[in-house]
Amino acid sequence: MRTSGWLLDTLASVALVALVLGGCGSEASVGMDTPRAAADAKPAHGDTLIEASFSNVSGLIPNITSDSASHRVGNHLYTGLITRDGDLKIIPDLAESWEFSRDCLHLTFHLRKNVKWHDGQPFTADDVLFTYRTMIDPRTPTAYRDDFLAVRNIEAPDPYTVRVDYAQAQAKALASWEFWMLPKHLLEPWAKQGKLREAPQNRSAPVGTGAYRFKEWKPGEKLVMTANRDFYMGRPYISRIVVRVIPSQATIFLELKARGVDYTETMTALQYTRQTSYPAFRKSLNKYSYPSNGYTYLGFNLRDPRFRDRRVRLAFAHAINKRELIDGVRQGLAREASGPFKPGTWAFNPDVQPVPYDPARAKLLLAQAGWVDHDGNGIVEKDGHPFRFEILTNQGNEERRRVAEIIQAELKDIGVAAEIRVIEWASLLKEYIKKRRFEALVLGWGVGSDPDQTSVWHSSQMGPDQLNHIGYDNPVVDELLERGRSSCHEAERAPIYHRLHEVLAEDQPLVFLYWGESLPAVASRVHGIVPTTNGILYNFEKWFVPKELQRFTSG
Amino acid sequence: MLLYALRRLLLALPILLGITFVSFIVIHLAPGDPVAVTGDPDAPLTKEAREALIKEYGLDQPLPVQYWRWVSRLVRLDFGRSFSPDGRPVLEKIAERLPITLLLNVIEMLIIVAFAVPIGVLSATRQYSLFDKVTTVFVFVGFATPDFWLALLLIILFAVQLGWLPPSGLRDPNAEYLSFWTQRFDFVKHLVMPIAVATFGGLAGMSRYMRQSMLEVVRQDYVQSARAKGLSEGVVIGKHALRNAMLPIVTILGLSLPGLIGGSVIVEYIFAIPGMGQLMVQAVFERDYPVIMGNLVIVAALTLVANLFADVAYGLVDPRIRVGRRRR
Repeated sequence: MRTSGWLLDTLASVALVALVLGGCGSEASVGMDTPRAAADAKPAHGDTLIEASFSNVSGLIPNITSDSASHRVGNHLYTGLITRDGDLKIIPDLAESWEFSRDCLHLTFHLRKNVKWHDGQPFTADDVLFTYRTMIDPRTPTAYRDDFLAVRNIEAPDPYTVRVDYAQAQAKALASWEFWMLPKHLLEPWAKQGKLREAPQNRSAPVGTGAYRFKEWKPGEKLVMTANRDFYMGRPYISRIVVRVIPSQATIFLELKARGVDYTETMTALQYTRQTSYPAFRKSLNKYSYPSNGYTYLGFNLRDPRFRDRRVRLAFAHAINKRELIDGVRQGLAREASGPFKPGTWAFNPDVQPVPYDPARAKLLLAQAGWVDHDGNGIVEKDGHPFRFEILTNQGNEERRRVAEIIQAELKDIGVAAEIRVIEWASLLKEYIKKRRFEALVLGWGVGSDPDQTSVWHSSQMGPDQLNHIGYDNPVVDELLERGRSSCHEAERAPIYHRLHEVLAEDQPLVFLYWGESLPAVASRVHGIVPTTNGILYNFEKWFVPKELQRFTSG
Repeated sequence: MLLYALRRLLLALPILLGITFVSFIVIHLAPGDPVAVTGDPDAPLTKEAREALIKEYGLDQPLPVQYWRWVSRLVRLDFGRSFSPDGRPVLEKIAERLPITLLLNVIEMLIIVAFAVPIGVLSATRQYSLFDKVTTVFVFVGFATPDFWLALLLIILFAVQLGWLPPSGLRDPNAEYLSFWTQRFDFVKHLVMPIAVATFGGLAGMSRYMRQSMLEVVRQDYVQSARAKGLSEGVVIGKHALRNAMLPIVTILGLSLPGLIGGSVIVEYIFAIPGMGQLMVQAVFERDYPVIMGNLVIVAALTLVANLFADVAYGLVDPRIRVGRRRR
């Protein structure tokens, strides 16, 4: 599969990183709304799949981009040493096998032989070493360096073996090799000068090991890829992929209906529930749903004494009716969040319940914290100061704005006056979040292919450019995070994360609201799609259109 | 005339410089910086990578130095490289987007003029007639209709329901497999709706200006005397009145020339047309300074040139202006 753990996956293309969580997908609700008998159809090569993308592709070497469109295309063109299957289990890709020492310090990959780059050159251990060196080079403009910095030593005893040593046990050690491998023979001179962006491979001639070869890119309009007949996992069935850039979600939807587009990553909840339930749509398109890799939250600036009081945060959590919120902004297509771990994955603790809606309890908690409405104006006060604060959220995300509005109304019921301010993304980030000039935020967090969330919760991560911008400082959490990341064995780590989940749910450093559903639609002539916790793209090479249904003879 | 044009051209240079200065300052005053936006919030660049980028972009220098560097490159027609991960030259990015925007806007303007002038003239000469009333209603509908709404309705009708036209884009995704003429026809089909939407609002405004201007002119004494001479109504309106009534229209057209390369953000957004409007909007959100500034300089330069053209065109249409100048 190519749904790697590095995708930026959001509607507004800004908010959530969708690092796919590891674990089993038994519990999550995964579905196909229009089940049809696909079992009898015979796989066939051919046809073109037209994919709609909201945003433009920003570059063709995915390692140095950080937008979802570039990563989706990168997943077709490049591969990594390992990959993940539908259940998010790590499976071989460019490496056919590996050994990991019991102490999690020594990792040996045995590379698949006879893998060729798209230009015919053989893929060898040198390319792995080159990719590693490029990633740790400070001149490489990449956001994904951290996991590689943990490597103490890397060597290639022969062209098909790579040995990696770590100084300390690293939970993400194996998973980090899911990253896209780059061709040394083409990129070395560019990487050495720190000019990877200017390499022709980033603009017009990318060369990877993936299932699809690059054909053409018209920036802002479309990108075309064709099947790599020599792909080491077997030639993919779909012969050609055209990624069309269509910025308007309304237009994408109409294109789907007019059969101008075969696949969209996600529809809006309203489109999914209300505008697709008529026979003609069901006949030509299948819609799917699976839990997305991010949750929406109401976060507080914990440096503010009002929010440092756990009773206040808990009161807010009790005051918000999550079910109603989900029905209101997502037509019910989301699940209530109890913590920061994706439901259905191994780190998720099913015993932790979301904080229930209980306005009476919310008022009680506020009163215990000293917030009481003395003057009867409907707003609680403490030491003569009324409880007023401002919620910030980013522009361009209707859903979050509406979440903020509903929260505003519900907080009013418990005597708290919230104002809402919507700020353009770049300004919000630079002027408010980085400078810690906020009281509360409605935003989303993406979760990784690994449950380690040190960067978000650890007290050492409060620097201006770091992610613990709410300023959460809890020694118990710090310790759990450290223990969780220093083992590479799921069985040892699971209880640690289950405990962490409990602690965070009790402490509510932020109000966990909901995990939205991803709602893709694919033309019904495409068979072989099996939705899982890992979405639908992980087995793209196995998608096919039966001969008699093929629309385009090209390829 | 030539001397006059030359003098105006020379005067335009300091104005252009002033425009670049003001826009440079305004853009750098806007909150947010390109490096902060690069990357996703969950995986921010490390400190070293950020510093390397800031250095590469030259953002570590004081603003006056940045401005000086940028202007001195500009003089050599070097617009710099985009800050986005593809790092391509700004001129290349603009050159790739400009043709389609120009094409759309030129066609749009031609259609507007071709329809607005006769509509305006007819409704002025037949003031308060049924035709005038109908066009008045049409004009207000045109003014009041939001582009995006009209665009979506047209797509639903012509693309989804009837299937006559493609909903969006410029070419069929499989265009390279079509024959030469089918490709051309396909391209034209893609342009019909965007042009219709872009024309609708503009047509309403322009025909209104024309009507107003014509109404003023036909009340003038010389039109009366032309009629009194026994000239036919066609000659009176078509020859004597129309030329004078065109003057304000020329001004408006001149002023809308720079808009030709600006591109309509909404039309490009809904119809997924990779034009200048989309490029600019994306650049602003990403704080891609070189692209924003490159765009602004070109638009500013064109505005100045367009003003010049409008002045010259005035002279051609209105003899009084030429005479007045000679006297001066």
